[in-house]
Amino acid sequence: MKLLFAGLPQRALAALGLFLLLLLVAPWVVNGYILSLLVVMLYFAYAGQAWNVMMGFTGQLSLGHSLYVGLGAYAAAMMFTKFGINPWVGLLVAVATTTAMGVIIGFLAFRFGIGGVYFAILTIAFSEFVRIGFDHWTWLGGSGGLFLPVANLNSNDLLNLRGAPVMFYYVMLAMCVAALAFCRWLLGSRLGYYWQAIRENEDAAAALGIPVFRYKMFAVMISSAMTAFAGVFYAFYYNNLFPEQIFSMGRSIEIILGPMIGGLGTLFGPIIGAFVLTPLADGLSELLQWVGIDVPGVKQVFYGVCLLLVIVFLPHGIWPVLARRLKLEREH
Amino acid sequence: MALLEVEGIGKHFRGLRALHEVSFSIPQGAIHAMIGPNGAGKTTCFNVIAGVYKPDGGSIRFDGKPIDGLRPDQICRAGIGRTFQVVKPFPGLSVLDNVVVGALNATADVAHARKEAMRVLELLHLADKARHPAASLTLPERKRVEVARAMATGPRLLLLDEVMAGLRPTEVDEMVAVFRRVNQETGLTILLIEHVMRAVMALAQHIVVLHYGEKISEGAPQEVVNDPKVLECYLGEEAL
Repeated sequence: MKLLFAGLPQRALAALGLFLLLLLVAPWVVNGYILSLLVVMLYFAYAGQAWNVMMGFTGQLSLGHSLYVGLGAYAAAMMFTKFGINPWVGLLVAVATTTAMGVIIGFLAFRFGIGGVYFAILTIAFSEFVRIGFDHWTWLGGSGGLFLPVANLNSNDLLNLRGAPVMFYYVMLAMCVAALAFCRWLLGSRLGYYWQAIRENEDAAAALGIPVFRYKMFAVMISSAMTAFAGVFYAFYYNNLFPEQIFSMGRSIEIILGPMIGGLGTLFGPIIGAFVLTPLADGLSELLQWVGIDVPGVKQVFYGVCLLLVIVFLPHGIWPVLARRLKLEREH
Repeated sequence: MALLEVEGIGKHFRGLRALHEVSFSIPQGAIHAMIGPNGAGKTTCFNVIAGVYKPDGGSIRFDGKPIDGLRPDQICRAGIGRTFQVVKPFPGLSVLDNVVVGALNATADVAHARKEAMRVLELLHLADKARHPAASLTLPERKRVEVARAMATGPRLLLLDEVMAGLRPTEVDEMVAVFRRVNQETGLTILLIEHVMRAVMALAQHIVVLHYGEKISEGAPQEVVNDPKVLECYLGEEAL
């Protein structure tokens, strides 16, 4: 516990505490629309954190993280709808499934020295394979979709993840905090140092005794296992799954925009990114609808503009600059 | 018994014979140098020892055990640290963290590794740069970070590939003093590739000379620098 906060200045701890407090009381203050927006923000913060382990920490660009979201979602939804098994037990199946998938992709890529752009293409290819597979898997609804029985919103059943949005909000908030602490711990451990060394220079990492293949495998396994929860959450929050949507590359891109804009490889980048992008993109669509302009794809254009602005003006993302300005950086 | 025994190793890159039947050995606790003109195969020889390339033939034994064919990380864990001629720092990490990565080879405890890394940085006069990002250093400083990183892995044999290049004579003398001290205090065995003869003559007890991938001479420094074959291909007549 002490290690997690080691080196953080007092004001950073205070800021973190205040931020958490705001998030804790938010559901009592805000309306239903804002709450649903907050749930989506937390969802992207969590999924971005999981993706960041692979790209931000280890330097392996996955453009197919929707694959792990989708597999996690389908695994838990299948256990629930077909066998009546609660999502927390289903989560174990989901984690096993996504980790196995991660191991397959990682093994194929890293054993045969596929890196950079080619690795990214491989991740896209796999998520497309699986999408097409699920499109034709009629037992799980095929392209027609898989639906979870919609719950009575007045009673919260945490064990079965059936209930009001506010319950989902707190579940996701808890998972975001857990993921943040977990990633902080990873980054400060030998594993984290070795990942960063691999990200910075593989040859030098190997010369310093790091078994590069094994540590890349750890990265893809931990990242895919963490992403499984995002999928389980998605399935039980939205209650419907369509291969066309959940495995789509657009979903993968949405996951990675947060950490990229917030700050690659940083712990708060994925959170800041998700908290900035989601409300802005949604607000913009709402605003345009309100003034009567209905342009399809306006969200995507907005994401593109944001990405351009960040690349040009804040190449390391929002968080490093923000942390320096607010003097929240960790002291060694 | 010799700590490192290289016997008849060869390495081809397609038509190019980079190394041919090269043999030498380094006793425990010694400092040896490898010299020769550019393209002689010195760095290839390091890369073969360090596991980057598999030798086409011959054998390499470290502390009596064969190590040829092992991966670079396995060689490092066996006790051989190396630097790269073209430096490969971790540019996004601080100087300290660069060295911590090396120190984690010897311990899994990060706090302990940080202490060890700091000790090595002090030894190499880099302590005041510990918090700087490695990308901000000058080339000679980055070379010293490479040395620090390799030393932090806790090697028994250190392979140094032109770490004195670009240093001023006084800085060369400083580095020479550091290596001599480490060698005397810890018994660390060192093999250095070096063009800076000032360092070679001050440090090495024994010199191996490569030319076109073959060993053309070896022996005590004074003998080697007076060897006509070495003078002809590398040092030049004026060295006399």
